[in-house]
Amino acid sequence: MTTIDTSRKKGRWAAGVTPYAEMGYFNTRYEPKATDVLCAFRLVPQETVEPIEAAAAVAGESSTATWTVVWTDRLTPYENYQAKCYRVDPVPDTDQYIAYIAYDLDLFEEGSIANLTSSIIGNVFAFKALKSLRLEDMRIPPHYAKTFQGPAHGIVTEREYLNKFGRPLLGATVKPKLGLSAKNYGRVVYEALRGGLDFTKDDENINSQPFMRWRDRFLFCMEAVNRAMASTGEIKGHYLNVTAATMEEMYERADFAKELGSVIVMIDLTIGYTAIQSMAKWARRNGVILHLHRAGHGTYTRQKTHGVSFRVIAKWMRLAGVDHIHAGTVVGKLEGDPNSVRGYYNTLRCNTMDADPSQGLFFEQDWASLPAVMPVASGGIHAGQMHQLLHYLGEDVVLQFGGGTIGHPDGIAQGATANRVATEVMIQARNEGRDFLYEGPEILDKAARWSPELRKALELWKDVTFDFQSTDVPDAVGTLTI
Amino acid sequence: MRITQGTFSYLPDLSDEQIAAQVKYCVENRWAVSIEYTDDPHPRNSYWEMWSLPMFDVTDPLVGVAAVNECRKAFPNHYIKVNGFDSSKGRQTTMLSFIVNRPEDEPGFSLERTEGQDRRVHYALRPKRTM
Repeated sequence: MTTIDTSRKKGRWAAGVTPYAEMGYFNTRYEPKATDVLCAFRLVPQETVEPIEAAAAVAGESSTATWTVVWTDRLTPYENYQAKCYRVDPVPDTDQYIAYIAYDLDLFEEGSIANLTSSIIGNVFAFKALKSLRLEDMRIPPHYAKTFQGPAHGIVTEREYLNKFGRPLLGATVKPKLGLSAKNYGRVVYEALRGGLDFTKDDENINSQPFMRWRDRFLFCMEAVNRAMASTGEIKGHYLNVTAATMEEMYERADFAKELGSVIVMIDLTIGYTAIQSMAKWARRNGVILHLHRAGHGTYTRQKTHGVSFRVIAKWMRLAGVDHIHAGTVVGKLEGDPNSVRGYYNTLRCNTMDADPSQGLFFEQDWASLPAVMPVASGGIHAGQMHQLLHYLGEDVVLQFGGGTIGHPDGIAQGATANRVATEVMIQARNEGRDFLYEGPEILDKAARWSPELRKALELWKDVTFDFQSTDVPDAVGTLTI
Repeated sequence: MRITQGTFSYLPDLSDEQIAAQVKYCVENRWAVSIEYTDDPHPRNSYWEMWSLPMFDVTDPLVGVAAVNECRKAFPNHYIKVNGFDSSKGRQTTMLSFIVNRPEDEPGFSLERTEGQDRRVHYALRPKRTM
């Protein structure tokens, strides 16, 4: 496409190579229909390629086009099936452009993330004419959203199941994540849950290794969960990771977890979109909450100019039907600037959203009552940040303190109690109308006077922060860190 | 043992003033406040007894606290909780729920195990009666 001479106009159906923009894939007069799937791509064209042609090429190659004119297009109502780039905006002070592309609803199979993604990101990301390409956002029309099951339960049903309202749920990932025997692993679960956490969690890479096979882990963890329930009178859960090599093995593990009475099972993003959708159907059918760890996402979500934004992954996962998904902490050890993370959380939790460039949201989105997904904040967070966590993440979230529970000098249960006390005291202050973000440290200090567990945690971790510049910040915001 | 259901069970018991502040928060959010009591605090007991219908039209937090105290007088040795309920679209559920009264002695639960084959165990939580 870079070598053709565009001054020599030829007919639309003349054999040979014609610029994509002249074949109908670029049309600024096109007004997107309410039923269209819309995409915003960030693209960097090669120096010799016009941005409009590059954008039209993305539209073409993600819908009907191939590199040369084919007469068989004329056997179809091709204008309907062609994706149309209807707008291209330069990103100030960069070599980047945002291309807006509309896709007709008929291009996609109902209820299939695999089909949706094979269409939209199937081919175009390796296109030679582009230096880089990133799918920033998608507008999923309600007409398409309604063809998906959506979250097996959603936030409201999960809270009613667990009988827990009005505060963030608390969790911890068992550490060390590799090497514990099943019995010792269950000890960590018991201590953390009896101390005050709602959930404990397998890590993404805990499946069924030589040092601990899945069945043994499930049995010991459920003993621990039930012991903790008896000692607190609360419903408790452990995310039993059923990730395995085949669907048959995953179903076997999930069925066993259900038989043992686990309220929740877990899968990794690495199992693939189709397997995730299958497990979401299983989870709804069996009344078991489905937790998703976003293992591997950083390979394609983190860099601003190439890949797929996490806000798009969040939308796909809400459609696919998970109940929980890791979505960033703002203050913890992993990537996530406050505005982008707010955008992810809103994407997962709200029913309708307006476009908001400050959160990186390019489009409005109407979920048409698809249940909400509970975001999970995990990685380098501790009790001393509770005011910030509540401020940035709100209360419909699972806060996961792994090291921040298990690393407590007096013991795991004491670490769990510290986190629970910090949570409750901050919710109490917020509800009383206090400026908890500003007064947070003082609120925690005051509680530490009667809670020795919290006092120890604050003494140990109060100065731990992870202040690094984010690589992925909305254009409208510029460079920002907290 | 202290049953830790509810939003504030890890804090020292709330004073009437602190309860009023939480009721005020509910009322300001246009949530209906309700009071429920039970002698069966099993965590899956979804239906504690209703002290009255939810107070849909009450806007004075002190009315809520007065109702708590009437319920306490009638059931001093029961568990009593205050709930805030949001009827808005997409929510339609409890938004806050915290215990405001407990039996003097909380006997807690025993865990019963029924052993099956292949090391499977079936668990049941049995609340000990408080009355």
